[in-house]
Amino acid sequence: MIGQLDAKIPPGPIDRKWANYKNNSRLVSPNNRRKFEIIVVGSGLAGGSAAATLGELGYNVKCFCYQDSPRRAHSIAAQGGINAAKNYQNDGDSVFRLFYDTIKGGDFRSREANVYRLAEESVNIIDQCVAQGVPFAREYSGYLANRSFGGAQVSRTFYARGQTGQQLLLGAYQALCRQIAAGKVEMFPQTEMLDVVLVDGHAKGIITRDLKTGAIRAYAGDAVVLATGGYGNVFFLSTNARGCNVTASYRAYKRGALFANPCFTQIHPTCIPVSGEHQSKLTLMSESLRNDGRVWVPKRAEDCAKRPNEISPPERDYYLERKYPSFGNLSPRDIASRAAKEVCDEGRGVGPGGRGVYLDFADAISRLGEQTIRERYGNLFDIYEKITAENAYKTPMRIYPAVHYTMGGLWVDYDLMSNVPGLHVIGEANFSDHGANRLGASALMQGLADGYFVLPYTLPNYLAGQIGKRPSVDHPEFARIESEVRARIERLLSTNGTRTITSFHRELGLLLWDKCGMARNAAGLREAIARIPQIREEFWRTVRVPGEDGSYNQSLERAGRVADFLEFAELMCIDALERDESCGAHFREEHQTGEGEAQRDDENFAFVSAWEYQGNGKIERPKLHREPLEFEAVHLSQRSYK
Amino acid sequence: MNFRLRVWRQENRETEGRLVEYEARDISPDTSFLEMLDIVNDELTERGELPIAFDSDCREGICGTCSLTINGEAHGPRHPGAACQVYMRDFRDGETITIEPFRVGSFPLVRDLVVDRSALDRIVQAGGFISARAGSAPEANSILVPKHNADRAMEAAACIGCGACAAACPNASAMLFTSAKISHLAFLPQGDPERTTRVLRMVRRMDAEGFGNCTNIYECEAVCPAEISASLIAKLNREYARASWRERFGE
Ligand SMILES: Cc1cc2nc3c(=O)[nH]c(=O)nc-3n(C[C@H](O)[C@H](O)[C@H](O)COP(=O)(O)OP(=O)(O)OC[C@H]3O[C@@H](n4cnc5c(N)ncnc54)[C@H](O)[C@@H]3O)c2cc1C
Repeated sequence: MIGQLDAKIPPGPIDRKWANYKNNSRLVSPNNRRKFEIIVVGSGLAGGSAAATLGELGYNVKCFCYQDSPRRAHSIAAQGGINAAKNYQNDGDSVFRLFYDTIKGGDFRSREANVYRLAEESVNIIDQCVAQGVPFAREYSGYLANRSFGGAQVSRTFYARGQTGQQLLLGAYQALCRQIAAGKVEMFPQTEMLDVVLVDGHAKGIITRDLKTGAIRAYAGDAVVLATGGYGNVFFLSTNARGCNVTASYRAYKRGALFANPCFTQIHPTCIPVSGEHQSKLTLMSESLRNDGRVWVPKRAEDCAKRPNEISPPERDYYLERKYPSFGNLSPRDIASRAAKEVCDEGRGVGPGGRGVYLDFADAISRLGEQTIRERYGNLFDIYEKITAENAYKTPMRIYPAVHYTMGGLWVDYDLMSNVPGLHVIGEANFSDHGANRLGASALMQGLADGYFVLPYTLPNYLAGQIGKRPSVDHPEFARIESEVRARIERLLSTNGTRTITSFHRELGLLLWDKCGMARNAAGLREAIARIPQIREEFWRTVRVPGEDGSYNQSLERAGRVADFLEFAELMCIDALERDESCGAHFREEHQTGEGEAQRDDENFAFVSAWEYQGNGKIERPKLHREPLEFEAVHLSQRSYK
Repeated sequence: MNFRLRVWRQENRETEGRLVEYEARDISPDTSFLEMLDIVNDELTERGELPIAFDSDCREGICGTCSLTINGEAHGPRHPGAACQVYMRDFRDGETITIEPFRVGSFPLVRDLVVDRSALDRIVQAGGFISARAGSAPEANSILVPKHNADRAMEAAACIGCGACAAACPNASAMLFTSAKISHLAFLPQGDPERTTRVLRMVRRMDAEGFGNCTNIYECEAVCPAEISASLIAKLNREYARASWRERFGE
């Protein structure tokens, strides 16, 4: 039984909470750290930085990832940058402003105390990364450079060309490598966590499958940290890497961890449009491009078939600049995405199927020269050309929104611990900092804040009471969970139907995109909630998973992940139906302002929805817990970017 | 478009492998090479055959997971770029395409087109880092780095760790990979304190992993998806010479 949710927010004014926490939280002495085994699942920015830092502090860490090397975690693909309130530009930035922008960007559905701490730690991240040798962009003077990102009127984004995620991850990976060499971190690549083991209600271990050999193993630890990333791939097509999944979080949910705000999924406005049925993933064109690119469509639907250079400026509708004059092309993602959908729904979209808008660099090129644009975004223009065979220096890019990031995730308190003691969740896998919409360049910030600077302080607060309590893997709970894991694998392999795993995943994705995507309504969500169990039932009856268990079997890996998506999708839709308001990326068509903006209902929905699994396979009846959101430092207001 | 594929199939390290022929039919030119393989795999699955194992993750050329030798070239015909960035429009209709894994002694085969590249991780573990403890970093702008050096460090740091350099090299050398990491850290003032030990340890690890020597053939540079310059190998050699000297005669 879960009682009232307690976020354990420390006392004091907002700018003293984290300091107060650090002054009072429990510590583990260096001698005792050696006695603890910490399991970190995930080696992206969050998991990699956490594992390295905990190893450095003297804990024994076991770190797991499904890729063949920790350096390949999906964080590697982040392009645009990382925010920090350094105010190096002298343009009015501050910790409070970064905090405020993030709260407002999230449409007032995140927890103030966590976000403030994130903004405070942002500055330390940049220091840490520079010390590690992350080659951030610099000015001729040798000082660090910045660029602007959506949802902010200051320039606070640090970047390394269009490869910021890669460089930050390599920094964390190298720190991790150092701890591996020192014997403090043991790395398990190509090892997938398939379940979490609770002993006396505490998370004390995991069950994994070695993807190369199929071996199922149990590992015991004093605490388990999930840093397993987001679940955008539930939509089949997304900008996420192919392997991104919900398995670790969903398994934890089924063992009692609460899943918070699962319906908060971000659709990124600037991605390369879908080109055909065969497509396996979508590619992002970084938001940073909106610094210099102007978004437009023809004013008249008749002009859509024309080539862009045949449409004169007065015949173009620069709709973001028109609708949101003060933020213009740098409006937040949810707003920019919906605006693109709207003009395409009006029949003014461009390219195949009319699902695209132009992102045009002509003005920037004539103002700054092609060379400057090449320096800023060269690799993005190259990616665009590789995929579309078009040269964006000469003709505008065509872009369309695509699923990109998931704000929802496992519920955590201020300590980043879930309601299951010992189970900590960091990075994109938790729900904590971005509310109903994440601002650009804030996910990298959150992942690294969690791993380098938050968890190393909050984990000891749990561990201090846990000395000597780590069970051995001979505890019967391990055997019980392990046998469940094996049974599930056997069931997947023995179905021996006729349909491919991809066909199920694609069907689910299309359904969600349609009913639980950029715009949602009650009728559509009810349809999806009725349809998903049918797809799931068909899956278990007719799927074909070739190969066997005892070897490298990519089909089996995928089947397990899709099976979890097929359950999780339902939870997403239930959450979207329950939240009978619009906020951020969650746009319920029933609730919009006269101008078509998201209409929040603070009176009834200023809370975090945290869902509890009810067992017995009854996916359709999870129990809702509400964590009320209290705003002390900011004033709740209708979001305006006009 | 239609293609005949000749694909390397091998169950595991112990068994013998061979090239097996498959047809890929009705493929749109805008299909990526890996999506073409997805389609073939779905057909194999429907026919009750085992799909072809191949590695990929981000599918946009940055994670370094994909590792195919296509018609004898690491990452295929479209340089610079990774195999996931090759599109079927890069081939002729009706073409026969041979697909093999990266063949490097230090990359043991896992299955079909998948190899184990953990040797590259071990080279980084030997010293490819700056030992900066979280919490001890100075204010970021107190370390000034001339733009030129920062840019060169970034160019070297762009390596995606795919191992194509070793796969393309007749000597199976990992010098381009190793030189990229050494150079990235050597171009920055932060990398200076550990400069000597870093290069000695990484080069020794590279040799111990069984990678070959560089004989200036530059196939590595030709296939590198991240356009790492082979001139960094010369830098590596200079760094190594400097470090060996210091090791022998003291700082
Ligand atoms: C294309 C793209 C561009 C982006 N650009 C930006 C940007 O410019 N700025 C920004 O702030 N954010 C950006 N983001 C978002 C940001 O990259 C991610 O939110 C962030 O990197 C997530 O980090 P993470 O550590 O939480 O998870 P990930 O990096 O996804 O890592 C997850 C880890 O968990 C492991 N894992 C997952 N499941 C299992 C399992 N069951 N068993 C074992 N291991 C498992 C994986 O192997 C991996 O190591 C971008 C995202 C995308 C898709």
